Parts: sequence; structure tokens; C-alpha cells
Amino acid sequence: MRILIKNGVVVNKNECGMMNVLVEDGIITRIGQDISAQADEVIDAAGCYVLPGLVDAHCHLRDPGFEYKEDIVSGTRSAAMGGFTSVACMANTNPAADNKAVIGYIVDKARRYGAVHVFPVGAMTKGLKGEELAEIGEMKQAGIVGVSDDGSSVENSAVMKKVMQYANMFNVSIICHCEDSSLAEDGSINEGTVSTMMGLRGIPKACEEIMIARDLILSEYLNIPVHICHVTTALGVELIRNAKQRGVKVTAETCPHYFTLTEKACEGYNTLAKMNPPLRTEKDVEAIINGLCDGTIDIIATDHAPHHEDEKNVEFEKAAFGIIGFETALPLAYTALVKTGRLDIRQLVEKMCINPSAMLKIDKGELKVGKTADITIFNPEEKYAIDITKFVSKSKNSPFHGCPVYGRVTATIVAGRIVVKDGKLNI
Amino acid sequence: MKLKNKDVLGIEELTAEEIELILDTASDMKKIVLSPEKKAHYLRGKSVVTLFYENSTRTRVSFELAGKYMSADTVNVTAAGSSVQKGESLLDTGRTLDAMGTDIIVIRHSMAGAPHLLAKHVRASVINAGDGMHEHPTQALLDMFTIRERFGGFKGLKVAIIGDIYHSRVARSNIIGLCKMGAKPVVYGPATLMPDDIENMGASVAPSLKDALAGADVVMGLRVQLERQKKALFPTQAEYAKYFGINSENIELAGKNALLMHPGPVNRGVELTSKVVDSENSAINEQVTNGVAVRMALLYMLVGRE
Repeated sequence: MRILIKNGVVVNKNECGMMNVLVEDGIITRIGQDISAQADEVIDAAGCYVLPGLVDAHCHLRDPGFEYKEDIVSGTRSAAMGGFTSVACMANTNPAADNKAVIGYIVDKARRYGAVHVFPVGAMTKGLKGEELAEIGEMKQAGIVGVSDDGSSVENSAVMKKVMQYANMFNVSIICHCEDSSLAEDGSINEGTVSTMMGLRGIPKACEEIMIARDLILSEYLNIPVHICHVTTALGVELIRNAKQRGVKVTAETCPHYFTLTEKACEGYNTLAKMNPPLRTEKDVEAIINGLCDGTIDIIATDHAPHHEDEKNVEFEKAAFGIIGFETALPLAYTALVKTGRLDIRQLVEKMCINPSAMLKIDKGELKVGKTADITIFNPEEKYAIDITKFVSKSKNSPFHGCPVYGRVTATIVAGRIVVKDGKLNI
Repeated sequence: MKLKNKDVLGIEELTAEEIELILDTASDMKKIVLSPEKKAHYLRGKSVVTLFYENSTRTRVSFELAGKYMSADTVNVTAAGSSVQKGESLLDTGRTLDAMGTDIIVIRHSMAGAPHLLAKHVRASVINAGDGMHEHPTQALLDMFTIRERFGGFKGLKVAIIGDIYHSRVARSNIIGLCKMGAKPVVYGPATLMPDDIENMGASVAPSLKDALAGADVVMGLRVQLERQKKALFPTQAEYAKYFGINSENIELAGKNALLMHPGPVNRGVELTSKVVDSENSAINEQVTNGVAVRMALLYMLVGRE
């Protein structure tokens, strides 16, 4: 099977130009200006960017255990619709992904039925309880690329130290969800003016920052690389910036909602804007964008967190934390960062393709002859309002319904298979 | 004399004109409460359900009597002993009450925003009788009614609100309402019980209890829930009383005719000394009477016949 992508602007780390791309049997065989080979499928990408398939460093596929929210089939299809060709899914499934059997199930199901490549993240500790080490070696053999107790922190610093030491032996990424649960108490939104006015218990910024500081200190002390998840606060960015200046081996991620929305999105008890960590303030949004611009924040991930309607259509404090993100991440990031001139398209490719691949240590994230053909074609000029009813994800919990954005994924190619074509699912 | 909205969810949603109108209507209603024949027919053929997910005596009874004095059919539902205990969701309970033809649902809930959620999904008018730490609009209205009766208006009045501001929906509703009416709310309490950025709601935070009380026209004590001690919010009742309690000495700092208020129930000897509770300037019992009048006014303005 030969696919020829014509007339698009190919974007890689160091180059960006009008080129054609030839894919043969799932492999990129030529990238160049005048390719006139015969092809079974010719995609005219005129006016579009031809990007390396996006890599999501942080998502929840909810499988096994919460298939009513999402499963590997629906989740990977949703990812493909958003232009992601590789996703790293977190371990807070049921049962937790803390052993080789669950990891094996995820890898196997994704291989058989997944629309995109799935790279599971295993639990740091058994049952995500923060007490005993999970079988990280066994899970590595079964296919994990990283470990995380995402959803909560390993509270006990001695246990966290051992997680880092042990996981590092198996060359898996150490992915830290930073939250001091004693400070979070029963909070449901950022602590500040909005929480006070709404009469809701707040989650202070310090709750996140204290844990970021701890994990940075442990990383520096042990000289072991760590990755900080979903950074949301100005001080959090500053702590990471300082650590990087000292030579600490740290990477960090944020999500589109943390640079496009503030705590105000929760007003009116809008449970669709309830997430953990919570949306913060204008000042934090600006600091996050600055962190992306100066390289302090390496990665834009989705933290795609599907929840059923019944878990959101309840009292605010009872509502589940989390929003979905696969199908909105690229247009939101493009609109908020590239369209405004804060980043250029190559830098966006770094944040959404190259850097997440490097952090996860997977051979993805660039368009290169000889590599697997994971390609996303993105039309940056199409302007439209996000419509949650059109999402392919099983869940619709997004606060971005009706939000005007630029850019739509028109095609997603995963290992040479065209899974999204003309903006529609092609499976 | 109707309200703009279907529901009364908070003081936030009311305009200053609406508040005046409610207080005017409550003045007429108070005459009924104080008359020997407490019966009007404004709500004949209307049904009022009080749906209480939290314990309450005075608010629930106050609403029930308010309805009954105007000939409404009133039914009381509490979380214990209803389908709520069987795990029925708030929305399903609301829809059930709606389907029975309820005209007004009065809801008290431990979670902020619960009345707002309910109001979006039912045909009946919803009155918020207290939602978590958010609002308690009928309490603020009765407080404002009491203040207006004494001072004739609100302009420039200093209202000192003392105590656990953090957990207090009464404080929040009063701050919003008093600001709308031109009064100057001042708050004071332990830093552990002071919410973030309360200044952004329009209240000023006094640097000391003395500053809070000095020259105040109204002093409002708030109930301190004793179980908060276990959460490290204050050390002991005795220390609380010493540094944050209102007693017959420090109340002297307030204006001579200062009105002393409290939403009840009072922990005597903690936030207020008994002497202060029972003093001449205490409006605590008057507040309860006014509560019935204000709730009658709201029920009437939502569904009553002219």
C-alpha cells in the first residue's frame, strides 16, 4: 500500500517547508519536493501542515474497569480524531495497572483493536496506595514506558525516593502527579476569590507546589530524571525553571485547559470545569504560557479524563474531577499559542510530538525516511466552534463546547493506516 | 409584585430594588404573623415542599409556618427517612416532587450550588434555604429586614460580622446583600476561619476585634461549630471566647444603640456571652419573628395570588 501526501507543509524540529511524503507499507520512504510515484491513495494536503503524529504523554483510557466512561477502542479513536498517533495511558484503572497481567491486557487489546499506538504507564506502587513498590520490572517487560501513581502523589517521601531509585534501574520514565493531599483537604476548585464567592472548599496552589518541590529535590539528590505532570501554577513553573538552571534532569508538562481557562470557568457550578489540579488564575495562565515559550514546560499533554454524564450532572462537590482533551488539544493549542504568535508551529511540534517522545523514550515524534508512518495532517485555517456532540469519545465532559478555534485535523495516519480521512473516522 | 427570576437561589441574583420590595412585602406579612388570626389566603391551592438534606429546626419550621399562615399545603421531606437514603440523586428527587405538582421547593443542602442544579431541572420555583458554605439568602433578608426596621435604611451603616466567616453562608449572603444596599460590612475572626480574598466580595477585614467593633451600628455574631476544633482551626472554646468572643465589655466599643444579631443557635459563652445574648440591644428573638415574615413575602412573591 502506497500513500502519497502532496502539497503540504511538512513540519519537523529543524525544518518546515512544502514537501511531499511517500509512505510505503507503513514506512515513510521518501520526503521531498518532487515525488511523482504512483500511489494507491493520494492525499492533497494543500494549505495544511503535515505533522509528525502527535504523542500524548498523559491520558486515561479507563480500560479495564471503567468502560462506561471510555475504553481502548473508543479512546484511541478519539485520540486519532485529535491527531494523536501515540498515547501514554495512566494506571488508575480497575484493577489498577500495577502488574504485568493488566499491562498485558492493555497492550494486547490496543494492538488488536486500537486505532493508535498505546504505551501504558504502570503504577509506582501496588494498588496506587503509595505504600509498596509495584512490580516495575515485570511491567517493563510487559510493555510499560513509565510509572506513575497519577491521580494522587506517593505521599510518603521515603517511598517516593525508593520508587525513583528502583524505577530508574529499568529505564522507565518517572511521571509525578504532584499533590499534597493533606493541603487539598476536600477542596474542589482553586482556593481564591472564586472558591470564596461560590462557598466551595479550595485547593491551594501550595498543595501542588510543595509536591513539585519535593520531587525536584529528590530528583536532584538522587540524580535521577523525573517528569512533572500537569503544571498549573506560576510558582510551580518557577520551581521547575530554577531546577533546570541547576541542571536537575526534569521535564514538565501542562495541558491546554491550563493556558486557556481560569477558575472563573467554574462559575455557575459548571462541573465541566472541575478538574484536578484545578483551573487557576489569569496570572498563572500567563506564567504557564511563558514557561512554554522559554522551554521550562516541555510538553503539552491532554490529561484526557473521560467521565459519564451522570458523574458530572450532580452537585459540584460530588462531581468527578477531569475533562476530556484528545479532540480539542491541537486546535486549542494552535489557537492560543501559534495563532497569537507566542510559539511557532515547529515549537508546537516540539511540545506535542518530539518532547513527549523523548520523555517516554519512544521512537516517535518526527517525520523521517525509514520511520513508521505516523502522520497528522492539520488544516490551520479552518475556523469553527467546538461541538462536544460530535466527539468520538464515549464521554462528552468538556468545558469547551461552543468555543471558537482555528484548525482541524483532516487526516491521521497510524503506521501507514489512514484512520482519519477528511476529518472523519475511517475505520 | 413578582420577582424577576423563577427561583431565589441567592442574594447574588437579587437587585437592590428587589431586596427593597421583598422587605416592604415582609413588613405587611409581619402584621399577619403578629395578629391573633394568623391566616391569609394568598397561597390557597399552592403546595410548598421543604426538602432538607441537613438538620434544621428554625429555618424549616419558619418556612412551614410561613406557608401555612398563607394557606399553602406544606410538606416536609428530610434526607433521613426518604428515598435519599436509598441513594436517589438530587435531580431524581426534584423531578419526583415536580411530577407531584409542587409549586415551591425549599431546599437546604450541605453542598454549595445544589439549589442551582435543582432549579435548572425542575418546573417548580426553588428557594435556597442554605447551600453548603455558599449562601443563605432568606437569613440575610431577615437580617436586613431587622436592620432596616431599626435604622430605617442601610446607607453607611457599619455592620461587624464576627467569627467563623470561612464556613458561613450567612456571612456571605449578608456581605453581598449589605454591599448592594449601601452598608459597610466589616469582618473579623481567626485567620484560620477567614476565607481567601474575602475583600473581593466587598467586606473589609478588620485588623483586630476592637477595630471591628469600634463604632459599629450592627454586631453580628456567627455560630462557631465546636467540631471545627478537631480540624486544627482553633485551639479551645475558652481561647476562642477570649480572643474572638463578644462580651459585655467589648460590645461597649460599638455604638450605643448598636443592634446585636446572631443567626442561631447560639453557643452561649463561646461566640457570645449570655449577658450579651439577653441584653436589651439583642435582636436575636426579633430575627426569628422577622424570618417568618420574610419567608412569607418570598413565597407570596413567587407564586401567590395578588
